[in-house]
Amino acid sequence: MSLPFEKPIEDLEAKIRDMRAYAAEQEIDLASEVEALQDRLDRLKRDTYENLTRWQRVQVARAAGRPTGLDYLQRTFDDFTELHGDRTLGDDPAVVTGLARLAGTSVIVIAQQKGRDTKENIHRNFGMSHPSGYRKAMRMFDLADKFRLPVIALIDTPGAYPGLAAEEQGQAWVIAESIRRMSQLTVPAISVVIGEGGSGGALAIGVANRVLILENAIYSVISPESCAAILWRDAGEAEKAAEALRLTARDLIALEVVDRVVDEPLGGAHNDPAGAMALVKQALVEELAFLASMSPEQLLESRYKRFRVLGRFQAVAAA
Amino acid sequence: MALERWFRRNRPSKKEDDNSPAGLWLKCDSCGAQIYRKDLVANSYVCPECSHHHRVPADARVAMLADEGTFEVWSGLIEAQDALEFVDTQAYPERLTKARQKVGRPDAILTGGALLDGQPVALVVMDFSFLGGSMGSVVGEEIASATERAAAEGRTLIAVTSSGGARMQEGALSLMQMAKTTVALEALSRAHLPYISVLTDPTTGGVTASFATLGDVIFAEPGALISFAGPRVIQQTIRQDLPAGFQRSEFLLQKGMVDDVVDRRELRARIADVINLLRSGLAQPEEEEALRVAAL
Ligand SMILES: [Zn+2]
Repeated sequence: MSLPFEKPIEDLEAKIRDMRAYAAEQEIDLASEVEALQDRLDRLKRDTYENLTRWQRVQVARAAGRPTGLDYLQRTFDDFTELHGDRTLGDDPAVVTGLARLAGTSVIVIAQQKGRDTKENIHRNFGMSHPSGYRKAMRMFDLADKFRLPVIALIDTPGAYPGLAAEEQGQAWVIAESIRRMSQLTVPAISVVIGEGGSGGALAIGVANRVLILENAIYSVISPESCAAILWRDAGEAEKAAEALRLTARDLIALEVVDRVVDEPLGGAHNDPAGAMALVKQALVEELAFLASMSPEQLLESRYKRFRVLGRFQAVAAA
Repeated sequence: MALERWFRRNRPSKKEDDNSPAGLWLKCDSCGAQIYRKDLVANSYVCPECSHHHRVPADARVAMLADEGTFEVWSGLIEAQDALEFVDTQAYPERLTKARQKVGRPDAILTGGALLDGQPVALVVMDFSFLGGSMGSVVGEEIASATERAAAEGRTLIAVTSSGGARMQEGALSLMQMAKTTVALEALSRAHLPYISVLTDPTTGGVTASFATLGDVIFAEPGALISFAGPRVIQQTIRQDLPAGFQRSEFLLQKGMVDDVVDRRELRARIADVINLLRSGLAQPEEEEALRVAAL
C-alpha cells in the first residue's frame, strides 16, 4: 500500500519493470534506456522524500509496513525475552517490555506496539496504552536500576488511550509517575521515536538521557487532527495544523526537543524496513557506548538538566 | 484536551456579559440563583445557595491561602516567545497580547513565597483566565523555578491547578513542560519537603499528567473536572454516554486517585494541618547522624 505522493514513483518503477520485461521478451538491448529511467527514478525519489511537507511526513510516520516496536525487538536486538504484566491490573498489549541484548550489551527494552495488520491493531489497541502499560514500563525501570541494565524505549503511539477504564484507573497519574520514575533512573536511558510520538503517552517513556527520532517520525503535543478540531474547529484542517505544530524530526532538533535524527533509507523506513532498522541499531550502539562511561550521578544530573532547560521565553521588557 | 471546552466557553455571548466582573449581580452556573457578587467573593467564590465552587482569580486564591501581608511575588519576569511562529485562526502573539491585556500578567501563572498559618510555603497558582490556563514554556519555567526555590528555602510547595492542558501554540515545547515541572520536584523530595497539590476546576491534559498529580497529598475541590482526556474526546472515542459524575472530584476520591475532596472554605485550615503533620516527623537519618557527629 503506497502513500498518495508515492504514486509517481510507483508509476516510474512499473515503467522500468515493463521495459526490462519487454527487453527480455524481445531479446533486445535496452540497458541504456533502463539506466536513464533508473536515474530519473533516483532523482524523483530524492526530490520527493527530501521535500516532504510536514503533513506528508505524518503519513510516512504512520505508514503501514513501517517497522514497529516488535520488529526492532526481534531483529535489531538479540535474545529478546518478553516480560509480561504490571503485577496489579493485567498485561497491556499496547506496550511490549522485556530483556534483550544490543550488540552484546544486556538492556531493558520498552516498546509501544502498533499492530502490523487490522487484527493485531485491535489486539494492540492501535498502540494506545492503558494505565497498565505504563505500570509495566515502571516495573521495567525498577528492574533496570536493580540490575544496572540500560533502558531503551521505542516510542510509537498516537497517544495514551482516552477511554472510561483508562480514566478510572488514573491515566494521568501513571503518566506523571512514569515521567518521574524514568527521570530518576541511575542507568543510561535512550528513547527513540520510531513512528508516532503522541503527546503525554509518548513522553511517559521519553525522559531519557538521549532522545533520538527517525527522519520521518513525528513527535507532537497533540495530533494534527485533534489540534485542527480545536483551533480551526475542523478536523479537515489537519494539514494546516501539522505545518503549524512543527512536529518533524528537523523541527524538533531545532527546538532541542530531540538530540539526534536517525536517517532513514531513501524512500522511508516503510519501503526498506531492514535498512532502517540497521541504521537505528548503529545509532543505538554509538549512543550506548557514549553513555556507558557516565556515573549514576552524571546520568541523573545530565538528564535533569536536559529537561530542565527546555522551553523558549524571554525577560519581560521593562515598562 | 479539554481546551475545546474553553474555546467554546470563550466565544462572546450575552451570558458572559452578564457575568462580567463589572456586574453587581451574577447568576450561579449551577443552581441559577441570582447572587450579589460581593456575597460570592466574601464566601470564597462559593455559591451561598448551592455551594457550587465558582472559579477563583489567581490573586484571590493567593489571598485565601497566604497569611495577610506575607505574599511575595516571584513570577512575572518572563514572557512567552513564539518559537513556532504559530498561526491558526489567529497568530499566537496576538492571542498572547489579548490575554495579557485581559488578565494583567505575562502568562497563566502566579507564583510566590508566603506564610500559611505561619509555615513557610511557595504558592504556585494557575490562572485559567489566561488562555485556558494552558501550560507553555513560561508556565513550566515559573513552576520549575518556584519548586527549586521552595527546596532551597525550605518551603512547602502548594500548587493550585486549573488548566485545559498543554499550550498547543508551543507544540512539543509545551509537551516538554510536563517533564520539566516533574523533574524539578526531585529537588523538593531530596529536601524532604512536602508538596501539596490542590486540583480545581478544570484540571486536564498535560497538567494532570505531570506535576499536578504528583503531590505527596492531593486535594480536590468539590465538583471539579479532573481528567487526562476531556469528556468529549472520550465520548467520541467510545461512542457511549459517560456515567454521571465521571471525572469529577468525588468520583476520583472513590477511585482512590485523590486524598480528599475539600470545601474551599476549609482548604486553608486543611492544608495547614497537613503541613504541620508532615513536617513534624522523626528526624531524617542523615540529620541524626549529623547531630551525633556534632555531639562528639
Ligand atoms: Zn448556586
